[in-house]
Amino acid sequence: MKLVIGIVRPEKANDVLEALYRAEVRGVSMSRVQGHGGELDRVETYRGTTVKMGLSEKVRFEIAVSDDFVETTIEALCDGARTGEVGDGKIFVVPLERAIRIRTGEADRAAVTPVSG
Amino acid sequence: MAVPFAAAAGAIDAGDTAWMLAATALVLMMTPALGLFYAGLVRSKNTLNTFMMSIAAIALALVTWAAVGYSLAFDGSGSIVGGLHHAFLHGVGFAPRAGTHIPQLVFFAFQATFCIITVALVSGAVVERMRFGSYLVFAALWSVLVYAVLAHWAFGGGWLQAHGTLDFAGGVPVEMGSGFSALAAALVVGARKDYGRQALLPHNAVYVLLGAGLLWFGWFGFNGGSGFGVNREGVLAFSNTLITPACTLVVWFALDLLRGRKVTAIGAATAIIVGCVAITPAGGYVSPGWAMALGALAALPSYAIIVWRPRTRVDETLDVLAAHGTAGFFGILFIGVFAQVAWNGVSNGIAYGDARQLLWQALAALAGPAYAFTATFVLLKLVGAVMSLRAAELEEAVGMDVTQHGEEAYASGEGAILVTTEAGVDGPRPVAQPEPA
Repeated sequence: MKLVIGIVRPEKANDVLEALYRAEVRGVSMSRVQGHGGELDRVETYRGTTVKMGLSEKVRFEIAVSDDFVETTIEALCDGARTGEVGDGKIFVVPLERAIRIRTGEADRAAVTPVSG
Repeated sequence: MAVPFAAAAGAIDAGDTAWMLAATALVLMMTPALGLFYAGLVRSKNTLNTFMMSIAAIALALVTWAAVGYSLAFDGSGSIVGGLHHAFLHGVGFAPRAGTHIPQLVFFAFQATFCIITVALVSGAVVERMRFGSYLVFAALWSVLVYAVLAHWAFGGGWLQAHGTLDFAGGVPVEMGSGFSALAAALVVGARKDYGRQALLPHNAVYVLLGAGLLWFGWFGFNGGSGFGVNREGVLAFSNTLITPACTLVVWFALDLLRGRKVTAIGAATAIIVGCVAITPAGGYVSPGWAMALGALAALPSYAIIVWRPRTRVDETLDVLAAHGTAGFFGILFIGVFAQVAWNGVSNGIAYGDARQLLWQALAALAGPAYAFTATFVLLKLVGAVMSLRAAELEEAVGMDVTQHGEEAYASGEGAILVTTEAGVDGPRPVAQPEPA
C-alpha cells in the first residue's frame, strides 16, 4: 500500500479528478494548500504596498492505493495536472503502514479497494 | 387630472430638481451594486476583474458621455443621431432642459448614470475571459456608438420617439440595448475555456442577493426619476417599481418549486432584476394593477431562457440577454397592449382601443435589438482586429484578478514578501523571507 500525494494547480484540479475517475481510481481526498515550487513570484500591488507573493494556491490530493494501482494513479495525476509550465506541482509516494475502512472495519488492501456496485 | 404637479413652463422647479439630484445619485449607485451582483456570480479568482468592469464603466462612460455621447443623444431631433452642439457640455448649464423643470446640467447627470450602468451591464457577457485593456476600449466606443444612438432614438427625439414609441426609463437603450449587445459580445469573444466542460459556479450568493437588493433600491431613482420631476408619471413609476418585482419574485418562486422543488437564492436575486427591468419601459404608462400582471408574466420568458441558455454553446455568461434583453422586450410590448390614458395622460394600448401604439412598440422591439446586436458585433470584430480580445488560456486558468490587476479579492497575506512601502524604507526589505545563508 502506498499513499500518493499530488500537489497540483488549483485550475487543474478538475482535470485531475476526471483523469483519476477514468483510471478507476476511487477514494480521493483533496485540500487547498499554499506552496512554493520554484515558479516566478507574482507581484501584487495594494495601494502603496507592492508585494511578491511567495506562496501560490495549490490543491493537494491524497490517495491511498494498493501497490498495483500506484503507477495508474501517478499517470492520472500527471495527465490531469500537466501544463508544461513551471508550477505544475509534484507527486510524492510514501509507504502506508495501515488503512482501515471505518464502516466495516476492513483493513489494509481491502480498505483501499473501492466498493464495487 | 386636477392635481397640480407642474411649475410654469420654462421655470426651474426646486422640488423637481431636488428629487432629480437624489435620483441621479441613486442610479449611480446601481453600477457598483451591479458590480457586486456580477462579482458574486463568477468564480472567486475573477471577483475583482468582474467588479472592475463595472467600475471602469463609470470612468469611461462618464467621460465619453460628457465629451460626445450626451450631445449625440440629446442635441436636436435628428432621426438617427443628435448633433454635436453640446459636445464637451457646451451650453449645458442652469437653464431648464426643454420639457422639464430641472437644469440641463442635472438632466445631463441623470442621463449619464444611465449610460454608465448600461455599459456595465454588457460586461456580464464577457466576464472571466476578456482582457481588461480590450474591454476598456470596447466600453468607451460602445457607450457612444451604441448607447448614445439608442438613447437618441428612444429619449432624445429620434425616430422611435418621434413616431410615438413609448419607453419610460430605457427599455430600448438600456435593457434591450445591453441584452442584445451582450449576446453579440458573447458570440464574438467566445466561450470561457472551461464552459460546458466543468461546472462554473457562483462563488458568493450573498453578494448576488445584496447586489440585487441595492439595484432594486437604485431603480427607484432610475424609474422614479424618469418623469424628470415630481409628477404623476414619476410617482406612478416609483410605486410600480415597488410592486412589479415582488410579483416577479412570487412567480419565480413558483417556477423554482415546480422545476426543482426548492426556492433558490440566486433565482430570487435574478427575479428582482427581471421585475425591475420589465417595469422600466412601462413604469409611467401602465396602472399598478397591470404592473403587477407585467411582473408576473415577465418571469416566464426570462426563466425559460435562463434554464435553456446554459445548454447551448453560447456562453453569455451572466445571462444579460435573459434578464435584461428579454424582460425589456416584454415590457416594451406590454405598453402597446395595456397602456392607459387614464393613468399616463399620453396614450392607450390596444386593450384600451389604440392598435397603433402596439405597432410602434413592436417596431421598437425589433429595431432596438437589431441595431444593438449588429453594431456590437461589428464593433467587437473591429476592436478584435486591432488587439486581442481574450486573455491567454493560462491567464484565464490562473484567474483574471491576478493576471489583469495584480491583486486578489481574498488575499491571505501568507507568503507575501514586501517589496516597497509607502513609509519610504531604504530599499526593498523582505520581511516574510528567511535571511539568505
